[in-house]
Formats: sequence, C-alpha cells, structure tokens
Amino acid sequence: MRNLWIFISRYNAFFLFIIFFIVGIYLTVKNNAYQRSVTLNSSNEVVGSAYERLNVFKRYLNLGMVNDSLAAENAKLKSQLLGLTTVDTAKDVKVVDTVTNQQYTYLAAKVIKNSITLRNNIMTINKGTVDGIKSGMAVIAPQRGVVGFIRDVSAHLATIQSLLHKDTKISVTLKKNNALGSLVWGDGNFDIKKAFVKEVPNHIKMYVGDTVVTSGFASFPKGILVGKISKANVATNDNFLSAELNLFTDFSTLQYVYVVKDKKADEQKALESIAKPNE
Amino acid sequence: MNSRIIIINVIRWFLLLFVQIFLLKNMGFYDLSTPFIYVLFLLLLPFGIPNILLYLLAFGTGLTLDAFYDTMGVHATACVVLAFVRISFISISLNRDAIDDPEPSLSYMGFQWFSLYAFLCVATHHLVLFFLETFRLTEVGYTLMRCGLSCIFTLLIILLVEFIFYRRTPR
Repeated sequence: MRNLWIFISRYNAFFLFIIFFIVGIYLTVKNNAYQRSVTLNSSNEVVGSAYERLNVFKRYLNLGMVNDSLAAENAKLKSQLLGLTTVDTAKDVKVVDTVTNQQYTYLAAKVIKNSITLRNNIMTINKGTVDGIKSGMAVIAPQRGVVGFIRDVSAHLATIQSLLHKDTKISVTLKKNNALGSLVWGDGNFDIKKAFVKEVPNHIKMYVGDTVVTSGFASFPKGILVGKISKANVATNDNFLSAELNLFTDFSTLQYVYVVKDKKADEQKALESIAKPNE
Repeated sequence: MNSRIIIINVIRWFLLLFVQIFLLKNMGFYDLSTPFIYVLFLLLLPFGIPNILLYLLAFGTGLTLDAFYDTMGVHATACVVLAFVRISFISISLNRDAIDDPEPSLSYMGFQWFSLYAFLCVATHHLVLFFLETFRLTEVGYTLMRCGLSCIFTLLIILLVEFIFYRRTPR
C-alpha cells in the first residue's frame, strides 16, 4: 500500500493529467451537441457490431433449436396449407391408427370467430354438415393441444364449445402412467393458458412437468397432447386429487383447427347405449 | 517576491485572456489559422508551481476560454494536455535541483530552449484542441493543416511577445 502511494505521488503529474483529461473529455462530450451525437453514434456502432459478432456465435449455438423450430414452423405451414386447400375442396386427411385399427379422419377448418374473454367461450368454424361435421365431434389444434367439441352445426358453419367453457369436460390421462382424470377449465379461472385436471384418484402421484394427454375414451383420439402440469396434487374436498396445468393450445392465436371424425363413433354410441348403467 | 510573482501572473492572465477573447477571437485566416495566445500564460507559470495547482490553473483557464468560445470542455482538455507536456518536458530537459530561474521565459532560458519548449506545448495543445473540435478522423488532413498553420501563427505571436518583453538578465 505504501509503495502504491509512493508510486502515485512520484508520477502524480501523470495521474493528475489522466484525471483532468477525463474530466475535460467528459465536459466536452456532455455539453456539446455535436460531439455528443458523434460519440453516441459511434458507440452505438460499436455496440451494434459487437452484438452482431455475438449473434454469429449465438446462431451456431442455437442451430439445433432453430432447426427444431423451423421444422415446427414447416409443419404448421403445411397444416395451414392443408387448411387453405380444404377451404374449397374439403379434403379429408386420413390418419390410420394401426394399433387399434381404428380410423380417424381430420378435417382442417378455419376459425372465423373466436372468443377467449368470456366465461363460456364459443368459436365458429367454416365447415358444416356439407363437410360431414356432426355435433359432438372433437376439435384439436394444428400443432398440439385440444380445442373442444362441435356444438351446433349448420350447412356450412359450425360452432365449437371450446375448452374455455364451463360445461366442457375432456377425458385425459397422465402420459406416464395412464391415470385417468377429466380436464376442465375450472371455476373462477379466467386464464386462457391454464386448466385443471380433476378427479384424479388419490393414490396417483403427480409431479410438476408431467405431460397430460387425451385418454381416447371420448371422441378424442388417444394421445393428443394437452398440456404440462404446473401445480400438482391440489387437494380437493372429495376423494380425488386435482392438478393445474399449462395448456399447449394457444387459444388467442388459433387460426386453424382440425375436426376429428371418428368413423366408429356412431357404432360405439349405439353399442354402449344397450348396456344400461346401474343394471 | 512571492506576491510579486502572483500579481504578475494574475495581470498576465487577464491581459492574455482579454487579448485572446476580444481581439484574436475575431481574427483568423480563412478559418485555417487561428492563434491561441492565451497558452503563453500556462507556459510562463513559475517553475516551482505544484503539479496540482498547475493542472487546476490550466483547467480553469481552459474553462474560461470555453465559456467565451461556447465549446465546453474543449479548451480545458487541451490545456490539461499542455500542462502535462510542460511538466514532462521540464523534468526531462532540466535538472530539477539546478533550476534557479523563476520562470521558463525567453529572457531566462534562451531562445533555443524556449522555442522548443513553446513549440512542443503549443503543438500538442493545438492538436488536441482541433481534433476535439472536429471530433472525427475523416477530415484528418484538413484538421492537421488547420492545426499546423494555427501552431505557426501562435508560435510567431508568442515569440513576438517574448521578444517585446525581453529583459536582459544575467544568466
């Protein structure tokens, strides 16, 4: 420390010079509009070029992620293209479920009216009975996530009772252990990104981050991604657990949806109506 | 003796700044050559002055000039640089213990030493001054020309003044 002081006092001319010089430059740049603008511009240039360099590195680091997002974007564009072509031709997209040998067909439809702010939200799509849509069909989002059920159908249009509706209930399971539950938007919940899984049996262990998929018991095909659990094991008054989850579906930006046609829906309904409950 | 030096320097300060602000400020050859005679005050400050006082005086003088020239900080910075050059040059060229002259003027130090001293100080002062004023390197040729011509002008006037007030003193 003493040596430092000796050093500084020995070369005090230089250190004083540095101090006064900096003060002078500061005054110059601060008080003269022209000098200030030059300084700001050049420093912006320096900052900008530095960021540009950094970006080049970042681009390399993020290449995998960018690839994934591009692939996702591609898939989205393809599905949108499908929607565009089906506006006129109402072309069915066939998905062959080879495991259960059950055949679902997806029909792309354009959302022409959407609502997300109400307690009970109803959407309208541009497909109707002409395109083979019936009440009760499941509707899913293009990338992932569920949307709701077909409610009323006219010749060329149909309304969807979306998940953001107090009467909508979708049968879901936890992807990891197939534990059943039912998906509802929830009372007093007005967040369009959140929903609740109710009626999960008490012995099921749920964790934050678990993926929830559709069960396939209702009109939804099995395994459609619904969301990720954000708050697990919310205790309720009954004998069941409930969980809060973040939906994959972004209802606010929904442009196209897929209506799921289940060829065996009528058959299933007819068969199940024979067996009377509580018999 | 001591108070005499202070009074002389104060008078010199007022006189030089008066000349600079009210006469030389309006002079200039096509914006190429503008003399800055006020640096003579800093050149002629006595040898024994402490560094901190020298810097403060340089900074204050520069700020005063800035106030009249509406170039806040430009002259102050240039004067600080001049002070640094002055300290460095004196400590390099003269033996600190052997200095018995009161001030580094032409009368005491002789033409050769004084002209080199004045040239170095004035040149760096003008370089800093003009480059801070321009504040860009694209017009470097023009700036250097202005700097060089002004430097010659200033040096001429400084030497003129020094010869006018030349006192033959025993060296």
